[in-house]
This record gives sequence, structure tokens and C-alpha cells, in this order.
Amino acid sequence: MDTTLLFQLVLNGLIVGALYGVVAMSFVLIYKASQVVNFAQGEFLLVGAWVCWWMLTHWQLPIWAGFLFTLAFMTLFGIVLQVIVLRPLVGEPVISVIMATVGLSIFFQALMKWIFGVFAQPFPPIFTVERVHVLGLEVQSVYLASLGVSALIMLGFWWFFTYSKHGLAMRATAYDQQVAQSLGVSVPKVFAMSWAISAVVSAVAGVVVGVVNGVSSALSFYGIKVFPAVILGGLDSIVGAVLGGLIIGVLENVAQYVDAEWLNWGNMYQIAPFYALILILLIKPYGLFGTRNIERV
Amino acid sequence: MTSMAPAGDFRTAYRADTTIFPTRNARLALLVGLLVLCAAPLALGRYELGLLIAIGYSAIAALGLNILVGFTGQISIGHAAFFGFGAFASALLAEHHVPVPLAIWGAGLMTAVVGLVFGAPAARLKGLYLAIATLAAQFILEDFFARARWFSGGVAGRVTEPYTLFGLRFDREETYFYIVLAHVVVMFVAAANLMRTRDGRALVAVRDHYLSAEMMGINLAYYRTLSFGIASFYAGVAGALYAHYLLFVSVEAFNILYSIQFLAMVIIGGLGSIMGSLMGAAFMVLLPEIVQSAADLLAGGMIDRVLRLGASISFLREMAIGAAIILFLIFEPDGLAHRWRMIRAYWKLYPFSH
Repeated sequence: MDTTLLFQLVLNGLIVGALYGVVAMSFVLIYKASQVVNFAQGEFLLVGAWVCWWMLTHWQLPIWAGFLFTLAFMTLFGIVLQVIVLRPLVGEPVISVIMATVGLSIFFQALMKWIFGVFAQPFPPIFTVERVHVLGLEVQSVYLASLGVSALIMLGFWWFFTYSKHGLAMRATAYDQQVAQSLGVSVPKVFAMSWAISAVVSAVAGVVVGVVNGVSSALSFYGIKVFPAVILGGLDSIVGAVLGGLIIGVLENVAQYVDAEWLNWGNMYQIAPFYALILILLIKPYGLFGTRNIERV
Repeated sequence: MTSMAPAGDFRTAYRADTTIFPTRNARLALLVGLLVLCAAPLALGRYELGLLIAIGYSAIAALGLNILVGFTGQISIGHAAFFGFGAFASALLAEHHVPVPLAIWGAGLMTAVVGLVFGAPAARLKGLYLAIATLAAQFILEDFFARARWFSGGVAGRVTEPYTLFGLRFDREETYFYIVLAHVVVMFVAAANLMRTRDGRALVAVRDHYLSAEMMGINLAYYRTLSFGIASFYAGVAGALYAHYLLFVSVEAFNILYSIQFLAMVIIGGLGSIMGSLMGAAFMVLLPEIVQSAADLLAGGMIDRVLRLGASISFLREMAIGAAIILFLIFEPDGLAHRWRMIRAYWKLYPFSH
């Protein structure tokens, strides 16, 4: 077997996987803070990428200004969604909340297609150097940048939840809502904040993918790919989400290679994570780092 | 049996509580309704009949999903994949010279077996874990349809046989309507009766409090898996009816959006309500028509030109589906069936409603 090719595949897997990890992290953030399984996570990427693209191409803003505007917009977007749609559903059964996010997902997917059309749109070029060599492998510079952005976001999460006051308040809420409330944490504010942060972080991932592959409705599939990652890592573990994302990313690329070399089934790139998902659910439903009190009888 | 319901709860026997028709008028209303429907092909055009047929097979699938979601409390986001499996299975059986009336039920059984396989995690999982497992089932089955040419005809799709019974061909809306109507009646009566049996009550007990149910001697794994099998059977029969109506089945029809539409039917109709499944199916089938006529109404005007309504009608329909789900969850979480009960209660208690 060609080792260079394998290295290249693993590297590609890690780059994509890091992005899955970032999205999975923001998914877990919402789940931990407000016990909502967000099926509309992919639409955060989609909306964020389209808004940024619109700012850059239509208003001709420089990249930093367009990016900052996107972040501000997504903060507002996350808060508004939480307050208008999710807040009335607090205390409703799991299925209602899941269905509400599924409804949001369809709504925004169709809205984006309506506004921006169905064709993939490329971002204006940002990097002058197309590709660089790392350890004898050829890597596109956008991919390297995407890896850097992912690492930066993960570092930011770590700092936020270890040192900042708001991050600690969120952890307290996730641990025990009543105790957090009695210590003066405003739980509704924490819910809104978790949605805002999740939307912003996902939007950053969306912009990165958009710069690499162009913006299209395919972005919302990241929201589905996130499920194998979070189940593998454990639904309520942020570290697990990152690791799960990386593993799923590598698995995808290796599965595609195995498929192309020996099996010739086609489409393994898309489907392999879901086979893995079923296996994990059957063997170890709480994942690698999840809390074990999963509802199982 | 009285013709009107009393303005209070005066039942003294358990049988009176489990009866399907509490009053003579309820039974009469159903018979009159069926007669009116039987006369529908005389009065309606082909397009309207096509809508009624769509409501019919969607209602069967939605009823199956309601048994799973509404009565047993399990979530499935892969119902359209089972619906599609039934469609392809029936086409395959008909191609191997099984008469179509039998192929439809055979497809239901085959789908039930597949449902039991994917329902195996359901014996151990519940809530959102099960939702995610069925999401995976949706993608795996969709991939299987695209790949298995012997089963689904691959990307090209599969042509199906028309429904023939005693030498009569039911291949037009006017005639196929009666086939769908008959299946709807059989499936709905079966479901209504299932809920009166020990098994049906066991499913409800599993939903309401699984620990108590287990203590009362209900085998949780058995009933959760059974519920998955029943839901898949309904989906399979509905899919087979769909296949022999359109006479052509293609892979891309059974995507996740369609699964979500089935869930929306159940939620909009009312979780755990048998007639609600029918109302929800009718609502979801008619919703795109309403969007279409609203867009037609605005066609040519200022709004149409600015918003490109005509060109993006399919996106508007999807948005309407999403918006309907969210609005119902927030403002009418018990669905149309609940609204219907409220209207009935208003008349029952009139003029002393408080």
C-alpha cells in the first residue's frame, strides 16, 4: 500500500475532521446547556456562510469587516431563535423540541435556496499562495488555514469554559440548574448565550468550508454528519466531540479509499459514518466520554 | 346505545370505555362520511381525486408512525425510507408474478421485517438516541436504494404493474380511489382495534411510564420492537399503494424531507390520535396546494416580481412545511385532533361550558 497516499488521506481526514469537531463542539454546547438536540446545526453553517458571502461579493467589504459583521449577525440570529422558538418549548417532551429544530432546519434551508439560489458560489480568493508543502505532502493553503482556525476555536472554547465568568456560569447550569440559579446565574440568559455562541462558532466553520469548497446548500449536511461524531465522543462531552469529529473525518477518507481500491460500492464517503453510528449505538451508546446515565432499560 | 353523548362521564362498564363508537350518531356519521367519499369520483375531477389518493396513502403511513411515536413514545426519523422500501418491494413482487393485491400486503410484511432489523436498537434505546439511530437508517436505506439495481432499478427507477383484481384494471384515479379507500378503512379499523387489546394498552403503558410498565409485567424490549414492526408494516403498505398509483417509483422520492413530512403529519394531526393521523395527512397534502394557490393569487403583481414567487414555489412549499411544524408545536402542541375535541366539547356542554 502506498504510504504517501495513506498519509495524505489521514491528513485530509484530520482537516475535515477538525471542522466536524468544531461543529460537534457547538452542538454539544447547546445540548449541555439546554438539553436540546439541535437538528438545525448545519443551517447555522449555511446561514453564516451565505451572509459572509453576501457581504464580500455584493457589498465588496474587506474580509475582516465582512467576517465581523457575520459574527455579529449570527450572535443575534442565535439569540432570536432561542427566544422565539425554543423558549416556549421549555418543559415540553423531547420529541417536540427535536421536531421544532427539524422544522427550523427545513425552513432555513429552503429560505437560503430561495434567497441565494441553488448553485454553489465561490468566495473571492483570500490567499495569494495556492498550495504549500508540509512534511513532503502537498497541502492547499486554505486547508492549512482551516486547520488553524479550528485549533484556534478549540483553544478559545477551552479558555472560555476554564477561566471566564460566563463560561463557568454555563458549566454550573449544565451541572445543576437549580443550584446555578440559587448562585445567581440567570438560566434563560445562559440558554440564549449558548445558542448565540453555538451559532457564531458554527458560522465560522461555515465560512471556512465556504472559502474552501464554495457556498451551497451542501453545507447543511455538516449538521447531519455531526451526529456520528457526537455519539462517538459522547453526547455531553466537548472533548469527546472534538475527538469524535477527528475520528469520523479520518474514517470517511479511509473508507473512501478502501471502497475505491477493493469494494467499489461507491458513496462510502457519505455513508460509512452512519454504519459506524449504528454500531456505536448498539455497542457503547454513551460514547467514549459521555456520562453513563443514558436512558436505557 | 344512545344517539347523543351525555354532558358528563357516566360510564359504568369497562366495555363502554373501550368502545370505538360511543354513540349511535358517531357510527352514523362515519357511515355517511364513507358513502359521501364513495360518491366522490362522480363529482370530483382527476386532480382532486389524485389529492384524495395522496391523503389516503399518506394517512396510512402517518397512522403507522403515530402508533410508533404517539402511542409508544418512540421517535423515528426514517419513516420515508420504510415507505420507499414498501414501494420497491411491492413492485418487485408484482414483477415476479405475485398478483398486485397480494403484493401490497406482502410488501407490508417485508417492510415489517426490515423495520424489525432496524428496530433492534429500539429495544435498547429511546428518545433522542433512537431518533439518531433512525436517522442513520434513513441514510443507509437511501444509499441501498441507489445501489441495489435488482431491487430498485438504481438511478433509473422502477416501473410498477397496475392494480388488477378479477380481471379489472384499477389504473385511473376514478377507480384506484376505491382501492386506496378500502385499504385506509381496513388499516384504520385495525389500528383502532389494536388500541383496545392488551397489546395496544401495553404500548401506551410503555409510553406513559416505562418503569411502571415493566413492573406490571410488560416486556419493554418486545413491545418497543413490536411497535417498530407495526409502524414499518403500515409504511410498507402505504408505500406499495403509492407505487401502484404512480406506476413508477424512483429513488430520490424517499429522502429525509419526506420522513420529516410524515412526522409533521403526526404532530399536526395529534400525537396518539387515530383520526388525527388522517387530519394531519390531509393538512400536509393540502398545504403545498394552498401555497401554490396563494402564489397564483399574487402572480404578476409587485410582490411576485420582487420575491420571484413563481420560480421558487418548491422552496416556498418547504418553508411552509417547516413553519407549519414550528407554529403547531408552539401554539397547538396537541394537534388538530385536540382542536376537534374542543369543538365537540363546546357543543356537548352548550350553553353551560363553564
